[in-house]
Amino acid sequence: MENIALGKLLAFLKLHKKHQLNRSKAGNAVLFVIMAICGIFMAVPLVMILNNAFKPFDELFRYPPRIFVRNPTWKNFKDLVVLMNNSWVPFTRYILNTIILTGGGTVGHILIASMAAYPLAKLDIPGKKVLFSIVVLTLMFNGTVTSIPNYMIISYLGLNNTYWAVILPAFASSLGLYLMKQFMEQIPDSLLESARLDGAGELTIFLRIVMPNVKPAWLTLAIFQFQFMWGNTGSGFLRSEQLKPLQYALYQVASGGVARQGAAAVVQLIVAVIPITFFLICQSQVIETMTTSGMKE
Amino acid sequence: MKEKSMAYKEIKHPVMKKVLRNKTGYLMMAPYFLLFFLFTVLPVLISIGLSFTKFNMLEWPQFCGWENYLKLFLDDDIFMIAFKNTLIFALITGPASYLMCLFFAWVINEFSGKMRAFLTLIFYAPSISGNAFMVWAFIISGDRYGYLNGLLLKLNLINSPILWMNTEKYVMPTLIVVQLWLSLGTGFLTFIAGLQTIDKGLYEAAAIDGVKNRWQELWFVTLPCMKPQLMFGAVMQITTSFAVADISIQLAGNPSVNYAGATIVTHLMDYGSGIRYEMGYASAIATILFLLMICTNGFVQKILRRVGS
Repeated sequence: MENIALGKLLAFLKLHKKHQLNRSKAGNAVLFVIMAICGIFMAVPLVMILNNAFKPFDELFRYPPRIFVRNPTWKNFKDLVVLMNNSWVPFTRYILNTIILTGGGTVGHILIASMAAYPLAKLDIPGKKVLFSIVVLTLMFNGTVTSIPNYMIISYLGLNNTYWAVILPAFASSLGLYLMKQFMEQIPDSLLESARLDGAGELTIFLRIVMPNVKPAWLTLAIFQFQFMWGNTGSGFLRSEQLKPLQYALYQVASGGVARQGAAAVVQLIVAVIPITFFLICQSQVIETMTTSGMKE
Repeated sequence: MKEKSMAYKEIKHPVMKKVLRNKTGYLMMAPYFLLFFLFTVLPVLISIGLSFTKFNMLEWPQFCGWENYLKLFLDDDIFMIAFKNTLIFALITGPASYLMCLFFAWVINEFSGKMRAFLTLIFYAPSISGNAFMVWAFIISGDRYGYLNGLLLKLNLINSPILWMNTEKYVMPTLIVVQLWLSLGTGFLTFIAGLQTIDKGLYEAAAIDGVKNRWQELWFVTLPCMKPQLMFGAVMQITTSFAVADISIQLAGNPSVNYAGATIVTHLMDYGSGIRYEMGYASAIATILFLLMICTNGFVQKILRRVGS
């Protein structure tokens, strides 16, 4: 009896439809319980941000704070809209800036880094080991001290106060190349070799065979890079108000002291919701690839 | 025509031949590596250079040889505390976080469809929602309204609230717990993606070959198949667990009580971006941390090569 109920529950949760081999029901149940308990712990910040946005003033300042909202209200949202309409530069401009900076930084990095990762992973190129080690090593150097030399280089190139000051260094991040190279290594050489015999050039192989086969990798990289660019307000480089991104403008609006705490809570929500939405879109695509791409040796 | 064929004949060295044959490859690498050397490698080299100077960011740096390094190891008591704390952090949270990433990614991979994306979001939530760890400030608040103190008082385990972040012996353990809670980040998502690229046919083949349960399947099929991701995850884990700073500064303060929560990076920030503006000294700290991570990485990669064998 209990077994049937458990089976139904697991079926409802769509647990392991894919490979039914080697799975015991008891094991599934234990794992499910562990996931549920840990999941509650991990979800706390999301729940808190969501609830805060709907809290009326007195609840925001309640001490000790309560996680769940008692009397939800839209007032904070309305306040934020009023504040946004009062801004010096129209808010649409900030949105455009964010699309250029976050969108450009993400797409550009994925393209350039993947294109460089393919020869490193799959072509017999002299010097590739050295180049690759340098990429991995740079991941380990602390960013606080490199920010000053970085600033000097960008100023020297005359890129200060342009979008490029934020976008170009983002293109050059080490993480993307490393990630893409690791996934591309797994593509069987035979697959590439047969394409070469058919007369395909390396660029065609890269675009038509390699990239579709590592779709989970670049979708994951897209999440990392989007998150990084979203958190990067370009402070220090973008001085003109017209160039600043949405996140910056939102934080400005929110930092008006106690009176703006309600609006600030909504800003927190917006700043979290956008990367989360992007995350969910990418993650659901990661799932789709597994049914369509069969990588066989 | 004749000249051209001569030119090709002159190049006999096998390496040069390979270089010429892979022209497209180099062209594909060019845009990235050009930017990479300019915006990533060059700043690192400059910083290492600055570590041998005195540099207050106003005047031109003055060369001072090994002075910063000597001061760091012989004269700086706080650095020694920070060094010890960082090692403790790395030794505990490094392996633990890594195993957590692997475990949760593997379990989540058992689910399919929307449920899987949802679970991934829940477990990745602390990494995506900005400074989410500030939630912990309420939990470990030192008065009796802090959630943890409230709970312990209710259970009669303590008589008076504990000042968690003001008591030396509790600082490190608390920070370690928070760090573990934050650990499902880059490595976790990479493992999830890695699990998706494993050929499902291998599992069927393994079942025929006598793999009996999910644990054997994990060890003999899954892990060997995702070695590249395991290596990547290890490097990312090293870079995060040796660079713990934000949670210490936000929760324990900087400086923390008797420097109980000081790490190499909080010490670095103290000099680099704090009030002291001693960039040369900060660069020396960064260089030491750099060397520490490189050594650890070499060691870890050696271990990982043995997985599944």
